[in-house]
Amino acid sequence: MTTTNYAPHTAQAVAARATQLSKVYGQGETQVVALDNVSVDFAQGQFTAIMGPSGSGKSTLMHCVAGLDTFSGGSVRIGETELSTLKDKQLTQLRRDKIGFIFQAFNLLPTLTALENITLPMDIAGRKPDRQWLDNVIRMVGLSDRLSHRPTQLSGGQQQRVAVARALASRPEIIFGDEPTGNLDSRSGAEVLGFLRNSVRELGQTVVMVTHDPVAASYADRVIFLADGRIVDEMISPSADGVLDRMKAFDAKGRTS
Amino acid sequence: MFRTALRNVLAHKARLLMTVLAVTLGVAFVSGTLVFTDTLKKSLSGQSAKDYAGVAVSVTSYGQSRNDQGEKEGEPGLSQATLDKVKTLPGVASVSGRVTGFAGVGDENGKLIGSGWSNQGANYTPVKDGKDPRYTFVQGAGPAKADEIALDEATASAGKYKVGDKVRVATNGPVKEYSLAGVFTTEDGAVQAGGSLVLFETKVAQELYLKPGYFQEMSVGAKDGTSADKLLSDIKPLVDAKHTEAQTGAALAAKQAKDIEKGLGQMGTMLLVFAGISLFVGIFLIYNTFTMLVTQRTKELALLRAVGANRGQVMRSVLAEALVVGAVSAVIGLISGIGLAVGMRSVIGSLGAKLPGGDIVIAPTTVVAALVIGILVTTIAAVLPAWRTGRIAPVAAMGSAHLPSTAKSLVVRNVIGSIISVLGIGLVVLGVSEGGDAGRMTIGAGAFFMLIGMIVLLPLLSKPVIGAVRPLLQKVFGVPGKLAAQNAVRNPRRTAVTAASLAIGLTLVTTLSVLGITVGKVVDRMSTEKLKADYKVSMAGGTGYLDKSVAEALTKAPGIKAVSPQTAGSFMVGDDFRAASGVNPDAIGQLLNIETVSGSLDSLGKGEVLVAEKTAKSKKLAVGSTLKVKYEDGKQETLKVGAVYKDMEGLLSPYVLDDKILDRHTDESAVSEVYVNVEGGASKAGQQKVVDALGKNPAINVATQEDMRNEMGGMINTMLNVMYGLLGMALIISVLGVVNTLAMSVFERTQEIGMLRAIGLDRSRVKNMIRLEAVVISLFGAALGVAIGVFLAWAVGTTMAKSMPNYELILPWDRIGLFLLLAGVVGVLAAMWPARSAARLNMLTAIKTE
Repeated sequence: MTTTNYAPHTAQAVAARATQLSKVYGQGETQVVALDNVSVDFAQGQFTAIMGPSGSGKSTLMHCVAGLDTFSGGSVRIGETELSTLKDKQLTQLRRDKIGFIFQAFNLLPTLTALENITLPMDIAGRKPDRQWLDNVIRMVGLSDRLSHRPTQLSGGQQQRVAVARALASRPEIIFGDEPTGNLDSRSGAEVLGFLRNSVRELGQTVVMVTHDPVAASYADRVIFLADGRIVDEMISPSADGVLDRMKAFDAKGRTS
Repeated sequence: MFRTALRNVLAHKARLLMTVLAVTLGVAFVSGTLVFTDTLKKSLSGQSAKDYAGVAVSVTSYGQSRNDQGEKEGEPGLSQATLDKVKTLPGVASVSGRVTGFAGVGDENGKLIGSGWSNQGANYTPVKDGKDPRYTFVQGAGPAKADEIALDEATASAGKYKVGDKVRVATNGPVKEYSLAGVFTTEDGAVQAGGSLVLFETKVAQELYLKPGYFQEMSVGAKDGTSADKLLSDIKPLVDAKHTEAQTGAALAAKQAKDIEKGLGQMGTMLLVFAGISLFVGIFLIYNTFTMLVTQRTKELALLRAVGANRGQVMRSVLAEALVVGAVSAVIGLISGIGLAVGMRSVIGSLGAKLPGGDIVIAPTTVVAALVIGILVTTIAAVLPAWRTGRIAPVAAMGSAHLPSTAKSLVVRNVIGSIISVLGIGLVVLGVSEGGDAGRMTIGAGAFFMLIGMIVLLPLLSKPVIGAVRPLLQKVFGVPGKLAAQNAVRNPRRTAVTAASLAIGLTLVTTLSVLGITVGKVVDRMSTEKLKADYKVSMAGGTGYLDKSVAEALTKAPGIKAVSPQTAGSFMVGDDFRAASGVNPDAIGQLLNIETVSGSLDSLGKGEVLVAEKTAKSKKLAVGSTLKVKYEDGKQETLKVGAVYKDMEGLLSPYVLDDKILDRHTDESAVSEVYVNVEGGASKAGQQKVVDALGKNPAINVATQEDMRNEMGGMINTMLNVMYGLLGMALIISVLGVVNTLAMSVFERTQEIGMLRAIGLDRSRVKNMIRLEAVVISLFGAALGVAIGVFLAWAVGTTMAKSMPNYELILPWDRIGLFLLLAGVVGVLAAMWPARSAARLNMLTAIKTE
């Protein structure tokens, strides 16, 4: 079986790269292959969406590339760093310094103010935030007048904007989003996706997002489709309808096969 | 519903583990105490029944008394003639007289053998067949000649004495040498407990302890078929009813058993008080656990309500759960308690005190008490959480996610807490101004209210107090420090309850430590500032009076500069008995630092009396005033007050006289101690001179100034250590509480911790965060406990200040620092398991939404 290498279609440098990545759970008869020799590049300054039906391995792919999960075979690089050889402590440090995260459930600390939540990764690293950059990020997500609020005093959309700002504030090499709009209404979701796209267009940020929402995927520069642990297709400059059609094809195939 | 409750218990085994442990420990403490005291009671009562086996009637003499004219009445004891008369009564099988007193035996180094509290000497009274049934001789026979003695086996082997050896025996007077005629074993309780017993020939014992021909006690054996009561009524007319007491052996045994019961009852009560503290502390832990369990199950319980369970059913299901947990813990606690009692007996046994053997007694009341206490404590602690479940609205079942406990207003709680606290503080202050015993009672009540008020107010206090240390934690430990401090106050009620259990323990520990050390220092200062004597000579074991010959022997000995016997005497002033000290007027000035307010010490030599300042004030006495006194022998005299001196409680009575004057009016020596100065000041050689002058008497102790200080300090330290040990149980339960709270926190914050791990907090810092939270909570409780403890110690101390010259409150900062350090260590230890589970948390499952 041949594996296609889904290299980016631009000549830009690569922010993260998975090569022959596989992830297997269990052994023998109960063995489940979550990722089956996946090779993919995520170019710098590009907004990539990972799509696929439930159980396709899209979240697993993101977790492995983001250094949140271990993998069974192949290699993952973030910039120049190979993850397979890193110990937990180094991996933690890598996530802290080079990766930003946005989660579906916002995952803010309720005891900290919005601003403290935004600067948390840098506080953990013991670094002083770049004031000017921080102001830009905060202005962009429109939180200037909410900085001293606690998460419980903010709406879901505002909380996720805090999470976006937290991911952006430390200027990571790459930001991973795990269904970042999953808990939001469509308007707030559109806002958050707009920020992510702007951060790519205007600030040159690299973003990789797992989603099952074709509208969310349409904000990306590129969509890769996973099924059964393999990358089965990709789409450049997608439209929501195009993505939806492609997804329907999965469903149809699922029903007929 | 009961089945649901049972299922819930099984489903939350781990969560309930700490609760079970806490109840188990408390119940074990209670049942252990009960079993231990019951067992001891039974075996000691059995012992006393054995002591009086074969004794139908026992008659004890009180000795002589004095009538109003001061004349002696009655006989010094039971005369041989009385014994002979009793012997001729019909139905009497045997009569034996007993005379006892102090007798110390030295080992080869001249050190006293035996426990120090029971060194007895008695007469050997062989009956018809030439034997005394109370003693079984393993070597030789009983003493038959004046220079013979017999020793109990343990004492003989400790001194490596064999039959025929010369043994030096000290009674109150000089040491005498006897030859060992026999070695015996006996069931005598005091000997069993490690005391020594020397048997003398009856005449020798009478001479030593009473008067030739007299006994202190007689035991009468009855012939078969003669009742003890009949014998008692026959004997009564033969003895002087005013100066003796005749009882049947059975009554005596019963009385002794009752005394034992009373003594053990006191010990048991003290132990139970500490067990109660442990259980009280445990209530907080149980309360926390059930609150958590209920909060976690809000949705589930709401669902039960939605499908038709009524309020009462839901509440009962929680209470039933508590009941199951309580019952299980109580049973485990009872079993551990029995084990504890067995262990306690062997530990005490290994420490040297031999306890009489016998089966372990597990009274039905013990079993009932253990079960009732375990179940009650658990259920009571769960009442409030159960009541809250009744208020869960069925609609909560539809709500999304389990809601974090809502921050209900603390206003009502704070108002109530403030009122109780102010009431408590008010009572304490009132008690301080009252002073004395009554004041201390008021302080006790105030302390109780203060503690309750503090527990109620803790959530309010937690925010500012912990908030105040946050910058420091952040500075030293970075983000984990900051998050730890914030997490500690996230659920103020839970933090408060956790800290409260530590605060209670620390309050008690601090109060006792501060008071103990303060009193110790006062005593210490008294002995260093007031005592100039190089040595204090007293009876070993601390009780009993020295023979008059001691002071005489010392005065004549070479190298000795000043000697003053302290005679404890009394006389009547008006209608009241007053304590008076007899001292040697020529030497006392060199031995004690007596500060005169007016007059001069020299007046003592002229037969004048010294009066302590406080007494002088209350009796309106001054130098030159006269004092009419009546001595013990009834003689009256008018004394002139020669000087007024500053009170020296513990060293001198309010009235001080030349000991020769006191001596003239008493027939028995009452020299409690002799103060001695040697030429050239205190030194090893000087001490030896004193010891030599006393004929190397094993029964007499020669204490240096340091010994005198340690004597008191040692006692206080031992007492404090016992208290620390007993309060240790409460502290262990507090630690379980901290473990519990942290485990809950980690469980609740799984998602957060997962996120922190994802965005770059490494494992060791996650651990640090949890540990620091534990340390913050522990130190918060400890610091509060220390603060209240110091306040209470100040209060109690101030009430004692009036009766204690040179009183000054001493705060043992080193000890308090150690307590706080220990509280910190407690935090770290308690956090070990929760921190580990937090660090090992699976990040991916943690950050996933449910």
